[in-house]
Amino acid sequence: MILLVFLSITVLAIIQLRDLFAVVMLFGIYSFLAAALFVTLDAVDVAFTEATVGAGIASFLMLGTLALTVRREKARPARALLPLLVVGVVGATLIYGTLDMPHFSDPQAPAHLNVAPHYLESTQDEIGIPNVVTAVLASYRGYDTLGEVIVIFTAGLGVLALLGYRKRGKKH
Amino acid sequence: MSNPVQPYNLVLRVAAKMLIPLILMFAFYVQFHGETGPGGGFQAGVIFAAAFILYALVFGMETARAVAPAPLLRVLASSGVLLYAGVGLASLLAGGNFLDYNVLAEDPIKGQHLGIFLVELGVGITVSSVMIIIFYAFAERGVRP
Amino acid sequence: MSQLVGHYNYWIVIFLMMAGFYIVIAHGNLVKKIVGLNIFQASVFLLFISMGNVEGGTAPIIMEGVTRYSNPLPHVLILTAIVVGVATTALALALVVRINEAYRTVEEDEIHEQDTSF
Repeated sequence: MILLVFLSITVLAIIQLRDLFAVVMLFGIYSFLAAALFVTLDAVDVAFTEATVGAGIASFLMLGTLALTVRREKARPARALLPLLVVGVVGATLIYGTLDMPHFSDPQAPAHLNVAPHYLESTQDEIGIPNVVTAVLASYRGYDTLGEVIVIFTAGLGVLALLGYRKRGKKH
Repeated sequence: MSNPVQPYNLVLRVAAKMLIPLILMFAFYVQFHGETGPGGGFQAGVIFAAAFILYALVFGMETARAVAPAPLLRVLASSGVLLYAGVGLASLLAGGNFLDYNVLAEDPIKGQHLGIFLVELGVGITVSSVMIIIFYAFAERGVRP
Repeated sequence: MSQLVGHYNYWIVIFLMMAGFYIVIAHGNLVKKIVGLNIFQASVFLLFISMGNVEGGTAPIIMEGVTRYSNPLPHVLILTAIVVGVATTALALALVVRINEAYRTVEEDEIHEQDTSF
């Protein structure tokens, strides 16, 4: 699809650029293109979350970090061969691993046959909510969502512990 | 409290004054319609925080801190998590398992609706306060004393 | 040939994952490493969501007259993963700010040099 081509071009540009502000902006574009791809793959809740969180909060936090640190990356002396080799080996292994997987959007894939039809059928009877994703997230798998909220709270605590509210060092 | 108004700042302030209430309304809409359409607690919390960050960017950090002081945000963040765990505890006390919403009301389906509503509310409150707290921490770090 | 048509989504996503991985291991700037990590995460999400897609199905919101829905389970998992990912990114960026204040640089080799030069 065209969106995947745009994604690849964006990633290649991010690798090449050294101006970090442009890198963060391109990362926002990457997030937004991924959200558009999620919509074409029928994942509307995920697209909503990825667009707000990826293109909103993550890009904004990176811009805040850039305001407190540097603007440009230091020039690399030479093109190193070892990372390319490692990346190539890992990529080849992953592609070898996906050769056995079911075809794209195959309705008979094993992922669609066990628990998902049960959730889709019994949501209307047991819960009465049209949005199956919210029903699974808040009711069937509510314990995981409790853990997730605690993770967000912990991240807020961690940032407060690291950065606090006032800049230290220059006052005393 | 306001600086002498230059033309470009005036445009930003007028546009922000018109946009921020709409963004807040959209955040509430997404929060409470998470059951019938896409949406839910996480998205609503992030959109709410984005409206607030816009307010802080256009009108300055002092006015933003007057609207939402930091101690209030810390209390809100903890109370969201407490609300979620409290719903689970209430199910325990009412006789079912932890986070079993069927026993929260007389009708299981009404219990599920009530449980999901409260849980998503807790998630939305925590996510929005934590995002604003992180914004305050990053923005206050570079302030020259 | 049916391999190519049936699996092309996996391979393109693996290419994106490897590009993000390359940014993490080959660049020395800490902020760019975090950007690469986020790109890696977003491509993993693409992989899972494309596995959950069902041909001819719609979004998993129950409506009248629709018989086939996409699988809702990957959506739930990826929703949690996205939010946990942004929490990790926020903490990592706070650490980078503190490192910058302590070492006056965010390049990995300069930090290593300062650490080992005593």
